Amino acid sequence: MNATTSSAIAEPQNPLAHLSPEQLDELGREFDAIRDRVHADLGDRDRRYIESMIAMQRRLAVMSRVLLLASRYRPAKVAGTAALSAAKILENMEIGHNVLHGQWDWMNDPQINSSTWDWDTASTAEAWKHSHNYVHHTFTNILGKDKDLGYEIMRIDPRQKWHPVYLFQPAYNLLLMALFEWGVAFHDLDFEAIRKGHKSKAQVKRELAGIVEKAKSQVVKDYVAWPLLSGLAMAAVDAAFEVRKGRRRRGGLAGALRSAIAGGGASYRSTASANATANVVRNVWAYAIIFCGHFPDQTYTFSPEEVEDESRGGWYVRQLAGAANIEGSPLFHVASGNLGYQVEHHLFPDLPSTRYAEIAPQVKQICERYGLPYNSGPFGQQLGMVQRTILRLAFPGGAARPKPGPYRGEDHEAL
Amino acid sequence: MAERGATPQVPALRRKALRAVRSLFAPLLPDDYLELINPLWSTRELRGRIERIDPETPDAVTVLIRPGFEWPGHRPGQYLRIGVVVDGVHHWRAYSLTSEPERPDGCIGITPKLVDTGVVSPYLVRRARPGDVVRLGGVEGTFVLPDPPPEKVLFLSAGSGITPIVSMLRSLHRNGEVGDVVHVHSARTEDGVIFAGPLREVESAQPGYRLHLQITGREGRVAPGDLDRLCPDWRERRAFLSGPAEMLDAMSAHWEREGDGGLLETERFQPVIGGEPGEGEGGTVRFVKSRIEAECDSGTPILVGGEEAGAVLPFGCRMGICHTCVGMLCKGKVRDLRTGQIHGSEGETIRTCVNAPEGPIEIAL
Repeated sequence: MNATTSSAIAEPQNPLAHLSPEQLDELGREFDAIRDRVHADLGDRDRRYIESMIAMQRRLAVMSRVLLLASRYRPAKVAGTAALSAAKILENMEIGHNVLHGQWDWMNDPQINSSTWDWDTASTAEAWKHSHNYVHHTFTNILGKDKDLGYEIMRIDPRQKWHPVYLFQPAYNLLLMALFEWGVAFHDLDFEAIRKGHKSKAQVKRELAGIVEKAKSQVVKDYVAWPLLSGLAMAAVDAAFEVRKGRRRRGGLAGALRSAIAGGGASYRSTASANATANVVRNVWAYAIIFCGHFPDQTYTFSPEEVEDESRGGWYVRQLAGAANIEGSPLFHVASGNLGYQVEHHLFPDLPSTRYAEIAPQVKQICERYGLPYNSGPFGQQLGMVQRTILRLAFPGGAARPKPGPYRGEDHEAL
Repeated sequence: MAERGATPQVPALRRKALRAVRSLFAPLLPDDYLELINPLWSTRELRGRIERIDPETPDAVTVLIRPGFEWPGHRPGQYLRIGVVVDGVHHWRAYSLTSEPERPDGCIGITPKLVDTGVVSPYLVRRARPGDVVRLGGVEGTFVLPDPPPEKVLFLSAGSGITPIVSMLRSLHRNGEVGDVVHVHSARTEDGVIFAGPLREVESAQPGYRLHLQITGREGRVAPGDLDRLCPDWRERRAFLSGPAEMLDAMSAHWEREGDGGLLETERFQPVIGGEPGEGEGGTVRFVKSRIEAECDSGTPILVGGEEAGAVLPFGCRMGICHTCVGMLCKGKVRDLRTGQIHGSEGETIRTCVNAPEGPIEIAL
């Protein structure tokens, strides 16, 4: 399923074609300057943000787990599931993804640090840092090199060669949506590298063992330990209640125990299903945000030849043109780990996520001056485009979607 | 990985209980949640809460800290690595413990003196408040009072060099072991004498303690030749010397020449300075784990120098964005090739792809 170029498809012009090497160097310096300015300004305010975000997420997680102890009562189950989903989303997106990017390493904190952090998902931190931080963020949108372009199982760009297996992609797209964390974990293994023998058996074994370890800890936590605790708690409540009633009835002790065990079992199942729901909600949300990052119509892809001898300025342009922002409220941006600022994130992957909104106007201004695109759109539109592409490219052929062209300021924002 | 505090002495039962419920919190630890209630409950690293801050002089304070778990103890004269957050960033510094290990309230004290150009001392002296939480690292140092203490002692201190000495003196005082102690201490001004009060207190309570206080702004510095006058039997005493480098050098030479160098213990606080800032000088990189040494000139990143020398190192984007190549700096300074800025402290995580050594360094890779 290697991506190959085909001359039969009309290629969108490379967005940096109109820039001279000197202009690209100047552009590189301008972006470097934004980065340096933010770095010099990092301090207490940023630390307070991430610390309170982490504290809030953990309180939410505790609250949801406590609510779900009583998951056999419908309101508790609904509220607990919603809170747990939100906690898992924050933990993965605004906290985990960004900490693992090294966005908070400047604090020199032993815990909030890319080298010590672990997260509640199926990918090990180590494997994910390689496949995401390194492979995806370095070779962004280069066909055949950026393994996140279709995740090696989908045809997401018309320049990828068609294969009959893609006829099923609309179906396994839905499956991937629900099981996204598992898809990402196995994707981290890099099947192409394994097939070509670029990875030693020992390394593959170690990485598989890492996924198994992560799987075990999630299964134990979400499907054994917390449900069991909920079952025991409710059985204890029932037993206490029944024993009191039983004193008035005759010979009620055995019956009381029987019904307590039955009640406990029901609570166990109810909590386990709530936890499963929360995991799926988190997966669907992560899928939606991440697919909107690089697959909407506006984004450009690049062939390996196009990026030969790429300068730092050229690298910045590729990041800029290969990503697309999602417009939304501040709450939306927190829930998406500020990946609604995908463009800014790709330009500066290790700047704290909270700073992306602040530098967005400066990035837009550079785009305007250099005649470069600044890809952006509302969530519904972006997700719709992605789904349309997945459906269309399941079949042979397909052409690159028209691109919006250079960014021309707020007044001209149109697609 | 960034430096963290020492492993606290947690009761075994508590450790077992925490381990038993671990799977409920994976991949985090119960600690991560308990710390929200009280940061001192961390069983991963020892932390302490500032109890009191007492001014000693216009620019020195004693910070009294209550450790979160039982203080493992120290020997009088040792120093402690302490971590504080200043403007969002963790910084670690070593300070002599100025409290005696036998304090009944279990608190420990350090006495930082303000260094205007510094980061940590301005925070501790001017900005820290009771209630603030600090991280407590390991206790180190071989400049210690022997056990049992020697019969005849000479303390020779100058300026803030008194900090390890005062811990020794307090310990002797509390244990009633001040046999025969001569203390020659110098400070530039009367106001600048750290621990003037406690020293006078010991002096009046302990007949065996004789204090000579020299105000150098008025009377000049204590020279090696003055010893015969100030403490005629200095050659027979176990001597503990703590102060600026020139004083240490002059006195050490004097002991070697005229006395018994084996009776002298010294404490040096001056850091070993790296290279000249600005220019960039490169240096030798020692990779601690692979035991490979590499030479890097001023423009060669640690990563490249290491690979050329045959080290297998983690690497990623090679442009400072992905943090795959990070290693912990064990010793020395590095220069950021992008900004020319010289940085790095022990325990700091640095990116080998965009940093060159500035003088000899060691890195945990």
